Amino acid sequence: MSFRNAPLAVSRDQDQSALFNAEIRAAIDALIAKYPPEWKQSAVMPALTLLQDSNGGWLTTELMDALAVYLDMPEVAVYEVATFYGMYDLTPQGRHKVCVCNSISCLLNGSEELIEHIEHKYGVKPGETTADGRFTFKEVECLGACRHAPAVLLDKTYHEKLSPESLDRLIDGLE
Amino acid sequence: MTDKLTIEIDGRACEATPGEMIIAVADREGIVIPRFCYHQKLSIAANCRMCLVEAEQGGRPFPKPVPACATPVGNGMKVWTRSPKAIEAQQGTMEFLLINHPLDCPICDQGGECELQDVAMGYGDDVSRFVERKRVVKDEDLGPLIATEMTRCIHCTRCVRFCAEIAGVRELGATGRGEEVRIGTFVAHAVTHELSGNVIDLCPVGALTSKPYRFTARAWELTARDGIAPHDSVGSNLRLHVRGQRVMRVHPRDNEAVNETWIADRDRFSYAGLDSLDRLTAPLLKEDGVWRTVDWSEALTRVAERLKSADPAETGWLMAPNATLEECYLAARIARELGCPHIDHRLRQQDFRSDDADPLVPWLGLPIAELEVQRCVLLVGSDLRQEQPLLAHRLRKAVLDGAQMICINPIRLDLNHPARQIVGTPAAMIADLAAIAKRLGVSATGALKDCIAVSEPGDEHDMAADCLSRMGEQGRGLILLGALATAHPDFSLLKALAHAIAEASNCRIGYLPAAANSVGAYLAGAHPQRLPGARPTDQPGLSLGGMLAAPRRTLVLWGLEPDRDLGNPAGAMAAFDKADFVVACSAFRSPSLERVADVLLPIGAFAETSGTFVNAAGLWQRFQGAVPPPGEARPGWKVLRVLGNLLDLKGFDYRDGAQVRDELAALCADAVIDNAVRGEFPLTNGPTESALMRIGPVPIYALDPLVRRAPALQQMTMPGSAFGVYLHPDQAADLGLNAGDTVRLTQNEATATAQVILDDRVPMGCARIPSGVAGSEGLGDQIGPISLARLTESDTGERR
Repeated sequence: MSFRNAPLAVSRDQDQSALFNAEIRAAIDALIAKYPPEWKQSAVMPALTLLQDSNGGWLTTELMDALAVYLDMPEVAVYEVATFYGMYDLTPQGRHKVCVCNSISCLLNGSEELIEHIEHKYGVKPGETTADGRFTFKEVECLGACRHAPAVLLDKTYHEKLSPESLDRLIDGLE
Repeated sequence: MTDKLTIEIDGRACEATPGEMIIAVADREGIVIPRFCYHQKLSIAANCRMCLVEAEQGGRPFPKPVPACATPVGNGMKVWTRSPKAIEAQQGTMEFLLINHPLDCPICDQGGECELQDVAMGYGDDVSRFVERKRVVKDEDLGPLIATEMTRCIHCTRCVRFCAEIAGVRELGATGRGEEVRIGTFVAHAVTHELSGNVIDLCPVGALTSKPYRFTARAWELTARDGIAPHDSVGSNLRLHVRGQRVMRVHPRDNEAVNETWIADRDRFSYAGLDSLDRLTAPLLKEDGVWRTVDWSEALTRVAERLKSADPAETGWLMAPNATLEECYLAARIARELGCPHIDHRLRQQDFRSDDADPLVPWLGLPIAELEVQRCVLLVGSDLRQEQPLLAHRLRKAVLDGAQMICINPIRLDLNHPARQIVGTPAAMIADLAAIAKRLGVSATGALKDCIAVSEPGDEHDMAADCLSRMGEQGRGLILLGALATAHPDFSLLKALAHAIAEASNCRIGYLPAAANSVGAYLAGAHPQRLPGARPTDQPGLSLGGMLAAPRRTLVLWGLEPDRDLGNPAGAMAAFDKADFVVACSAFRSPSLERVADVLLPIGAFAETSGTFVNAAGLWQRFQGAVPPPGEARPGWKVLRVLGNLLDLKGFDYRDGAQVRDELAALCADAVIDNAVRGEFPLTNGPTESALMRIGPVPIYALDPLVRRAPALQQMTMPGSAFGVYLHPDQAADLGLNAGDTVRLTQNEATATAQVILDDRVPMGCARIPSGVAGSEGLGDQIGPISLARLTESDTGERR
């Protein structure tokens, strides 16, 4: 048996149709259908995104456990995915997420300046949420937008070639 | 096309099989390649990068060094493990691995036997170029067996792969990314797998170490002695690490045919029981109810006098099934030469009706490694993972390879692989087997015929019968009878059905022997109907059941605690109380022994005596004592030798234990270990039925006196181990009971009180009440009718 080739399916007695709600179940089922039946667990990433969005931008251990049951996966395998990727958050978040790229091209083109600007102007360190709960400030690894560095991911939208002023305008537009 | 190819490693031509990895070939050739994540028994991860080597294929060099563990060989491939390029790559990897590894070798348990330390000596630099802060990782509590120091972890993921692939429970994982990677459970919980201790051996650094051994010794102070595990019937090969006169820890010794490279936690951590405070260290004599320490000659003279003057027809000998072959043989000799044929080792069996028909030596039926190639396994009455952890691992491999497993049990098992579980009352187990027999067209007579006639096969029985006969034809079908079958009130009926099914489906039949030397006890003659060499006798003695029904006047108890090691502790204590004279040879004192015995003789426990165990597959494994027994205690076979001489028996002048073994081996020369039945199973009535049946499996860490005294194992919270009444929620509702209620349990005269625990793995009509644990002493048969009555507040108040 290989750990790599054969996904380790864990079948439990728990009733899968009682998890989440009908709408989310249907959405996850649609994701599962994209993969071969024995690779049900491939849907873990989009499903985590779905659950995170439905839970105010962060994932609880209970949600991850429930997804593990739903996808017949070991719980720890879901934790591994959720902790590996920067786009999953495991603590309560602000209403929006401002993610500033801290990788090489962006750094060279002024993302350090953006980071300092946010820290000073809004009084938040990376990983913290503003006092009014408006946004959570995150430093993230390469966003893959090096061509127009520095880049910022605002919720789900890329914004490129930013200066502190243009970033301020974006943040001002947030509710 | 040839199935072999040739590669060249460091200028040496090596033969390899297509698909093999470079490192496997190098290992076979004795060429050293450093590695951390690669392990022969685990899947390939290639994440430590320590085994980088330079290679070329077809005259074209690989553009960069390749990991030897994950690069398959190709014909004509050339590999350099010590070239400047390879060494540079290995040194580079080493430098990265050491960046975050603490320099705490002086206080690390792994120091001196650390793979990282060793490899760092060869490939590491003297001075670190890393001036930034090292990371620190919070430890996780993985339970009483495994100590963690996760800052030392180098993320080889061997432990993660072991849990997923071998243990079959993915409890550990690597969470986080980059510098934030941590190995752990993420949500803190103890690892409660029966093979978990193996991660200690697998860990190449000091991140996972043995908690009981922690800070007690240094690797270079220890002397390794070979040993054989004294618990389950696998006979795992051990290396006992000894300092002075104390076993400090136990490691596995590789033996592909027996335990591969693993051992169960029970075998690894039970040594701690040797240091128990209730070790018996001098012979004791009870006079007017007071124990007095005496010397050996006085104690043995008294025993010899009493045995000589006792009526042999009224005497009985009971041997623990993990007594050594030599002990069993000498005890059987003494008993029979004194004219007493009443000797038995089947302590947890209650139905002895089929003694005349039983196989001469019930055994596994095939070599242990062959379990892996079975294609259909019918498991009858066995909590396999708790009883025989490493046989469970072999069968798991078979199932993952496509075999079907069908379990007929009175409890639903927590298995780490797919299986069809047919769960029912003890009577239902018989009906289920009968239904399978009916589908296979078994023709029978008497009670068996009635039993089969009334059965109503369902889909699952059809499926089982079909699978057994298909795989039986290919010679890859197997029926196994476990400890819960042995303890079954209608064991003979189960056996009759199992043998009939085996015959009808051409499957093999196997017994899962209860303990390390159960098979040996048959061979040694510690059985009322077997002479040494497993020869049948025409003067059969009484079985354990017979001895309890007709209490003995004189008794010899060997290596057992009467209220824990017998299937019916209350019945046994009552019968032993009636004896005039009881000699107990034991490594430990216990209240129950002090109550029934008149003389206590201290014998060496595991690791303190030489001896031989015959494992489930009939393999004789001899071992030497690793440490001397404490105080005045002596190896059991020596005690019996002196006793034989004091009784003026001939031929007791053994020079050493090996001579005893050789004498028995000569008697066993033509003994055929075979599970063939020797006659009709005498079946008189249908299955035992009752409104509520007790199911009393022995929890994994309650198997024998040594395990019960190993502190770390006793702290483990294995499922179903705690004493209590485990009831199905519906059953509890029917009885008007709730979780946490205190109930009085009654089995004939035997009573005990326990708390109700709800557990949907217990079928309706059954109450799971563990045996062999504290609280169970007052109860009767492991499997048998029981009644429950709720104790009200006032009842419990009165009791207090």
